[in-house]
Amino acid sequence: MPDTDLDAFRAELRDWLEQNCPEEMRDGARDEHSICWGGKNWKFASDAQRIWLERCVTRGYTVPTWPVEYGGAGMNRDQERIFHEEMARIGARYPLQSFGIWMLGPALLKFGTEAQKQYFLPPIARGEIRWCQGYSEPGAGSDLAGVQTRCEDMGEHWLVNGQKIWTSYADKADWIFALLRTDREAPKHKGISFVLIDMTAPGVSTKPIRLISGASPFCETFFDNVKVPKEHAPGVSSVVGEVNRGWDVAKYLLTHEREMISAGGAVMGGGRPLMEVLANAETGRTDPILQADAMRAEVDGLAFTLTLERYKDQAEAGSGVGDASAMLKYYGTELNKRRLELVMAAAGSEALDWNDERAPTWLRTKANSIEGGTSEVMLSIISKRILGLPG
Amino acid sequence: MEKLLKTEEEIMLADMARGFLDEAAPVARLRRMRDEGRTHDPELWKQMAEMGWAGVLVPEEAGGSDMGHTAAGVIAEEMGKTLTASPFIGTAVIAATALRRVADDRAKAALARIASGEAIYALAIDEGAKFDPDGVRMEARREGNGFRLSGTKKFVVDGGNADRLLVLARTGEGLTLFDLPADRDGITRAPRPMIDSRDAADVHLENVEATGEDVLGAVEDAMAVLRPALRAGQAALAAEMAGLAAGAFGMTVDYLKERKQFGVPIGAFQALQHRAAHLWCETEVTASAILHAGRMLDHDPDNAALAVSLAKARATSTAILAVQEGVQMHGGIGMTDEYDMGFYMKRARVAAEWLGDYGHHAKIVAQKRGFEG
Ligand SMILES: Cc1cc2nc3c(=O)[nH]c(=O)nc-3n(C[C@H](O)[C@H](O)[C@H](O)COP(=O)(O)OP(=O)(O)OC[C@H]3O[C@@H](n4cnc5c(N)ncnc54)[C@H](O)[C@@H]3O)c2cc1C
Repeated sequence: MPDTDLDAFRAELRDWLEQNCPEEMRDGARDEHSICWGGKNWKFASDAQRIWLERCVTRGYTVPTWPVEYGGAGMNRDQERIFHEEMARIGARYPLQSFGIWMLGPALLKFGTEAQKQYFLPPIARGEIRWCQGYSEPGAGSDLAGVQTRCEDMGEHWLVNGQKIWTSYADKADWIFALLRTDREAPKHKGISFVLIDMTAPGVSTKPIRLISGASPFCETFFDNVKVPKEHAPGVSSVVGEVNRGWDVAKYLLTHEREMISAGGAVMGGGRPLMEVLANAETGRTDPILQADAMRAEVDGLAFTLTLERYKDQAEAGSGVGDASAMLKYYGTELNKRRLELVMAAAGSEALDWNDERAPTWLRTKANSIEGGTSEVMLSIISKRILGLPG
Repeated sequence: MEKLLKTEEEIMLADMARGFLDEAAPVARLRRMRDEGRTHDPELWKQMAEMGWAGVLVPEEAGGSDMGHTAAGVIAEEMGKTLTASPFIGTAVIAATALRRVADDRAKAALARIASGEAIYALAIDEGAKFDPDGVRMEARREGNGFRLSGTKKFVVDGGNADRLLVLARTGEGLTLFDLPADRDGITRAPRPMIDSRDAADVHLENVEATGEDVLGAVEDAMAVLRPALRAGQAALAAEMAGLAAGAFGMTVDYLKERKQFGVPIGAFQALQHRAAHLWCETEVTASAILHAGRMLDHDPDNAALAVSLAKARATSTAILAVQEGVQMHGGIGMTDEYDMGFYMKRARVAAEWLGDYGHHAKIVAQKRGFEG
């Protein structure tokens, strides 16, 4: 796209943001508490949060790169980059974040039928329906293809029985996308389907689990004789992709989940830049060992941020990210853990109080290298699929 | 920001360089040079000049190919993969960038000699064990209309074979850069037997006479010319090291697939798989920093300091990791002189020190990011 067009795009966008982003939404907050998740049960934290969402929805800014017909703004990569730069310039919060935006949306855009896209995508873009992810089970974590929750074809409908675990925000979500076993005889990767289920259906229940950070964002999710209609509306199948071929959808979705989680490793990812933390903390200015570690983390963080950019450029140029999402996920999450260890060390006893936001943030980063596939699993993916090592 | 993707031309250049170097300069060529006790390969440098590599940063009117810094990085990276020894970085990158900043008739003539492969330059800055251009103490005493230089420069890369020396010295309040013929009276060169089998020398200057004609740029303003030249050299060296890491890594992954123990290829062991995968991640992250540094030097050179130091720091840590893992994962054979991995390890150590080590560049990154230390 010619630079002049992009300049005009930027100018128009900047103008719109200036006029429409409420003052309270310009604090640059990126922490869990500031997120607007949307959904039927959502209670807006403020009028500003509601107004900001509504305004962004009219412009497709909740999902800037999705096609306009599904509620997006149809931005290309250059425009998207400018969008993020302009948002960051005024410290604008994201109007909406959700598993629908990060995970289900991209999977539907690739594998969904036209009817599924029209039915499910716009409510995600508008923040009306909140989704959760039903992948993991007590017996199927890293070995995800070992899922056992049963989904039987009863002719008129599917019948679902079993249990999911670690389902983030299952107690707050309206719908769940789940990996279910539809064929128990087939080899394990070939008998799984990707099924969309309404959480208000009879027989679905959730039980929150408390995390080390004190919060309870994830749950056990139980399915007890849950009847899932074959079609949620005329022509809108409850299964994405083909029956028994859900593993392909699941894997594709995981690459998006991994890219999303890896973004935490960017130097702008969350909270204040490490060098600033160091410059302001008492120990940061005096402890040479801490300084050296922090400088190393900064070097790696900057190079990793460039790597995220490089892979986005590559994806847009058509070569995709593919298995390299495992690299981004592994590197970004390990980096983020390193960084928060340094933030804690720089803060000393100041950050040991539950009321200090740093402690829960630090604890939360420990999950980054587990959720969405552990670091060890990422390394195995790289060694087998990218390096071609045997076994 | 420029796109962080190699362009069609850059990919073609890399392929062409790879094709040439595999044929003309595999690691075996460095080995032969070492075994014969030579530290310079004039024949190879002549071929590189014919392909336009010596003139990669020389303007076309002076006979150069003027391909830019990203392209210089692409060439350096390919050279790194097979440890090609040449005066490329000191002459084609550093000296050419410095001379180009000066841009008078003398400099233009010098640039033409670089592009044709006739002139080899060596950068004489270090006086101690570490790179510290701002801390240079060698004095260029004013005498009459000129100067007298005395002192010793260390770790002068290509210093044994170069015909020109770029000498940084203190004049009064500031630093001045001199461009001297290596055979000027009072200059003696003591080649050092370097672990990477390449040319580096200590250069002694004893009351060496220099005139205003010998000054590159302005008196007491060396950095206006030298700083951009150093950055260009650091970025190219980082690219070479990224290539070196890729070369060592490629050998290692091949070996993991070949070597059998306990009845299986050793690459089937997860302990090795994960280390190899981690190393690959490091090479990928470093690749971004290398490309970014090249783009910054080409498009926004005055603001390239952070990008260049980031590239050199990352390339250093990645190359050092790659050669250590390389030797370890090869077992005993990795320790033999007969096998090439040792050459990679020794070159990585030298390149890590040249033009600023990890700490030097990490500190610059921290400073540019707002931490003064
Ligand atoms: C905060 C948080 C939120 C989450 N949200 C969701 C969600 O919304 N939906 C959902 O479905 N899941 C969610 N998960 C679950 C997550 O995907 C799993 O925890 C993860 O896949 C690991 O599975 P596991 O916990 O069973 O660990 P295990 O698979 O039992 O792993 C235990 C250890 O063994 C290692 N290991 C396992 N297999 C191998 C191997 N082959 N080689 C080497 N090492 C191995 C692992 O790396 C790990 O260190 C969430 C997890 C967390 C922590």
